[in-house]
Amino acid sequence: MAMTMPSTHPAEAEALLQVRDLKMHFPVTDGIMVQRTIAQVKAVDGISFNIMPGETLGLVGESGCGKSTTGRCILQLEKPTGGQILYRGADMNGMNRAELTAMRRKIQVIFQDPFSSLNPRMKVGDIISEPLAVHNLISHAADRAKRVAELLTVCGLSPKMADRYPHEMSGGQRQRVGIARALSMEPEFIVCDEAVSALDVSIQAQVINLLEDLREEFDLTYLFIAHDLSVVRHLCHRVAVMYLGKIVELAASDELFDNPLHPYTRALLDAVPVPDPTVEAGREHRLVKGEVPSPINPPSGCVFHPRCPMAIDSCAGPVPELRQLRPGHWVACGEVS
Amino acid sequence: MTVSQMPGPGMLDDVAVQRSWHGAAWKLIRRQPLGAAGLAVVLVMIFMAVFAEAITPFEPEANSFEFMLAPPDGQFWLGTDQFGRDIWTRIIFGARTALYVGFVAAFIGAGAGLVLGVGSAYFGGLFDLLFQRVMDVFMAFPLIILALAVVSILGAGTSNVIIAITIPFIPHCARVVRSSALAIREIPYVDAARAMGFSHRRIILRHMVPNVMAPFLIMLTTFVGQAILLEASLSYLGLGVQEPTPAWGLMLQGGAEEFAESAPWVAIFPGLAITLAVFAFNLFGDALRDVLDPKLRAR
Repeated sequence: MAMTMPSTHPAEAEALLQVRDLKMHFPVTDGIMVQRTIAQVKAVDGISFNIMPGETLGLVGESGCGKSTTGRCILQLEKPTGGQILYRGADMNGMNRAELTAMRRKIQVIFQDPFSSLNPRMKVGDIISEPLAVHNLISHAADRAKRVAELLTVCGLSPKMADRYPHEMSGGQRQRVGIARALSMEPEFIVCDEAVSALDVSIQAQVINLLEDLREEFDLTYLFIAHDLSVVRHLCHRVAVMYLGKIVELAASDELFDNPLHPYTRALLDAVPVPDPTVEAGREHRLVKGEVPSPINPPSGCVFHPRCPMAIDSCAGPVPELRQLRPGHWVACGEVS
Repeated sequence: MTVSQMPGPGMLDDVAVQRSWHGAAWKLIRRQPLGAAGLAVVLVMIFMAVFAEAITPFEPEANSFEFMLAPPDGQFWLGTDQFGRDIWTRIIFGARTALYVGFVAAFIGAGAGLVLGVGSAYFGGLFDLLFQRVMDVFMAFPLIILALAVVSILGAGTSNVIIAITIPFIPHCARVVRSSALAIREIPYVDAARAMGFSHRRIILRHMVPNVMAPFLIMLTTFVGQAILLEASLSYLGLGVQEPTPAWGLMLQGGAEEFAESAPWVAIFPGLAITLAVFAFNLFGDALRDVLDPKLRAR
């Protein structure tokens, strides 16, 4: 069952984050007083990948494929039901509270919705300075205020914004506050969970540029969870494509977009409209048939086989492992080469 | 409101939204006239309770047998009781007892319910399940019955009455607050706080509690009214505040039944005081609900 990944991955020892056979199965329970587990939602079902320091890994896939759940597991917001998450070689699952708190300084998150990710009862300055005070990074309030002003400036906001409440700001400004909050702890690794999906296109571009600048300036490593493929291509070094809780393809960004191998990735890229009406009208769409199956009862074998245009009988058999077909290009499909 | 100069680029940052105190008061009177009236009565009661000695020339506990059961007149505005004590004076001093018991019981009960309710929602799982079943047991009793049971264990007296009233309030507040907190727990800023490694205590007190203030404040105001009514009921039954402390429920009990026909003022005025106080707190709580949560009113 397990989709073991690339133990031969180059420089695995130097990886900042290693995810090994991660599983997150949510129980579906029934019963009034005594809860019985009647089924499991296999949100993430045995995925593995590495992220190198300074790298940005894109995690793409449609709604419900488990990409956000993967992010939440890495942030230790969910306790994975299986597998390991190693940060600089240390297993986060086995950590005690103190170790985990120390680790959390290094790993931060930027959420999708800028309206619900900031506490509406706190001023922007307090939102950004709270982690500084809690982790005792800066003990004097005046120094903290200076640091907040700095962080706001870095994120393209006026230091005066510190006195505002989140509801007095626009979506783009709030997202910048969310970024400033994540930066306040001087993290090494940031999970961007659909960080730009809720913003309109012009603001998206600004925030993406900001994320790029910050990556250069602070040597950040990102896990960039998204469904917008053009954004991912622009920002990410490598991209992993998820479908129904599994990684189906993993490759360097340009390689994946120019030369997609897995039939699902191809269908996904095909669905991106071409910004030229004449080309778009003449283009042949290879649409995938059917709907995404339920993660409660995923198909046997390759989870994509009931919808796959290339499927053959054996696809329902053993689960295809991720194979390296080109250097650094991994595909979980037995039929492509 | 500060009037800024020409709004140039970047100047928009300076425009501060400030609401003045009397602006808010005027808005309340226009939008919620009944609530404003309730608030006014509450404020008058608080004023009377605080400055009771200055308002009335009489002693609330001193008997004067030459003025027994005097009808209302220029000297004794609301008449006197069977011990010759001025009823107006005892109502004013009774407000002190009522508000003291009401506020202390409501604040402690609602405050404990707030923290327990939010904590229950935050931790969830087995803790939540067990805690809620315990709350169910408490809530199965009507308020007055539970309060009676507590008083009969602890004995009468003002502080025991406060305990007796506080205990049944806790589950009522915890239940309401929990349901709001359950929704808040799922909002990303709570996840963000967890991801930043904040302690459970900080997340509950700094991030969740301030966001359930709306239902909490509504509970709190209605609790004060309920506590005043409960205190009066317990005192009337002889299980609450004891003579000669002036308390409205006690004044109803005293000679009120005996003299219902010959001296009706002995019973009427304390009864009116209780009614007015509870009514005022409920009106204010209702208005608060409308102001803080317009969705609730739509039902």
